[in-house]
Amino acid sequence: MSHNEGRLSGAYMTPGVSSFTDFLRLHDPSLLPSGRSMGNIASTSPVEVPHGTTIVALKCADGIVMAGDRRATMGNVIASRDIEKVFATDDYSCIGIAGTAGVALEIVRLFQVELEHYEKIEGVLLSLDGKANRLASMLRSNLGMAMQGLAVVPLFAGFDLSEQTGRIFSYDVTGGRYEEHDHHSIGSGSMFARGALKKLWSPSMDQADATRIAVAALYDAADDDSATGGPDLTRGIFPIVTVVDADGYRRLTDDELEPIIRELIVSRTGDSGGSRGARGDR
Amino acid sequence: MSMPFYVSPEQIIKDKADYARKGIARGRSVVVIQYANGIAFVAENPSRALHKISEIYDRIAFAAVGKYNEFESLRVAGVRLADTRGYSYDRKDVTGRGLANAYAQTLGTIFTENPKPFEVEIVVAEVGESAAEDQMYRLTFDGSVADEHGFVAMGGSAEAITAALSQSYTSGLAFPDALRVAVAAMNAGRSSADPLTIDGDVSDQDTSAPDSASPIPAGQLEVAVLDRTRNRRLFQRITGDRLEEVLNSQK
Repeated sequence: MSHNEGRLSGAYMTPGVSSFTDFLRLHDPSLLPSGRSMGNIASTSPVEVPHGTTIVALKCADGIVMAGDRRATMGNVIASRDIEKVFATDDYSCIGIAGTAGVALEIVRLFQVELEHYEKIEGVLLSLDGKANRLASMLRSNLGMAMQGLAVVPLFAGFDLSEQTGRIFSYDVTGGRYEEHDHHSIGSGSMFARGALKKLWSPSMDQADATRIAVAALYDAADDDSATGGPDLTRGIFPIVTVVDADGYRRLTDDELEPIIRELIVSRTGDSGGSRGARGDR
Repeated sequence: MSMPFYVSPEQIIKDKADYARKGIARGRSVVVIQYANGIAFVAENPSRALHKISEIYDRIAFAAVGKYNEFESLRVAGVRLADTRGYSYDRKDVTGRGLANAYAQTLGTIFTENPKPFEVEIVVAEVGESAAEDQMYRLTFDGSVADEHGFVAMGGSAEAITAALSQSYTSGLAFPDALRVAVAAMNAGRSSADPLTIDGDVSDQDTSAPDSASPIPAGQLEVAVLDRTRNRRLFQRITGDRLEEVLNSQK
């Protein structure tokens, strides 16, 4: 069946399917990320493709903040300086991706359509848990490619309208879903970002502080991980920072970010690790 | 076993069309009307859950009268077609014209091949960058398509509403004015209609006989807009307090 045909028949008129992925599986599985044939590619030699790197997410008093650096690497080469790795998935959730960029972007695109499709068909938003579970099942169907070296690991976060709180979910390549309680980071620089978050984060921070900490954690990741890009003032390339709260998803503009980044760089000048003294306060 | 009577194709088509028309004439009305910043959809619908007006895609919406299960299956098929096309090409490549064509083919095939035609009439509207680029397609049970401008009325009292709107409608109305014009025309259509014919479709649960002379209460109006000043998803329902406010606002 082709999607160009004139009349709506078969799968289009099948009642009861509210999932776009399930619909494609019935109608045209070749459009699904898991529907492509890998042919006879030897699984021993991973292909050289761009990889996305570090994402951080943390809870704040009225929601969540998620941020990602702008670098994609291909081996030792910088594949992109201004790739975007954090996306809105609907009005109340966002996703950050690490791993094989091409596959990850496709999964994000499908996930965005999946959520909007459900909302249009059913007339209501999926619950945040429902969204997190849909994402898990999409990753599960990508397991075959993950085993061949094309792994995708997302970080999903959103505002839970029924509980009126921000929530963060991490995943593994097999589709395992884990709720994170305070903050989390994924990608090659995540080790360093997690260390920074542990020392800087505190419960019930406001959104402005959480934004500063997210940017600082990415800065620390870029300091020690060659695959993570720091803020680039000469080109005007800043990390992507998004907030999700009761008012919905919002991406911070470069004009909002620039003073935060300049302040961070000034505070790190002559104190590259951002030390806070023996007492641990600032 | 007796031989079936010969029935001429003309008679079959006429019977089917009469059957579909009767079904549609029993339903309450829907008006789709252009205003300065978009396209407004107004339906008389006592149900809050079973919609006659729905979002299809970023700039495209759907309104229908007739049998709920039939237009609901068309609506779902339309959302699937739009999302599939937008996913496999690009969001810009989903057009109201493409969708109207798919609906026309579908309704036409059902009308000729199925013993029972769909008792539905639908409007597919796409809002453009300016009022001149707005598109409204009206599709009937047999798959005919009409390209409409200004306003479209469908349902039981469509003729009376169209007559009232052709007197009162002017292009470039603000949204509250367009909504008032549409509701006034629907009230005019209601008082001219035989009260016994207004029942059926999604309002089956509503057992109280509608009082044809009284105006439609705000609680029985389903209103939505495709507002070109919004971002990306232009469809928005106007409900509750906001609807009361718009209906009661003075010129």
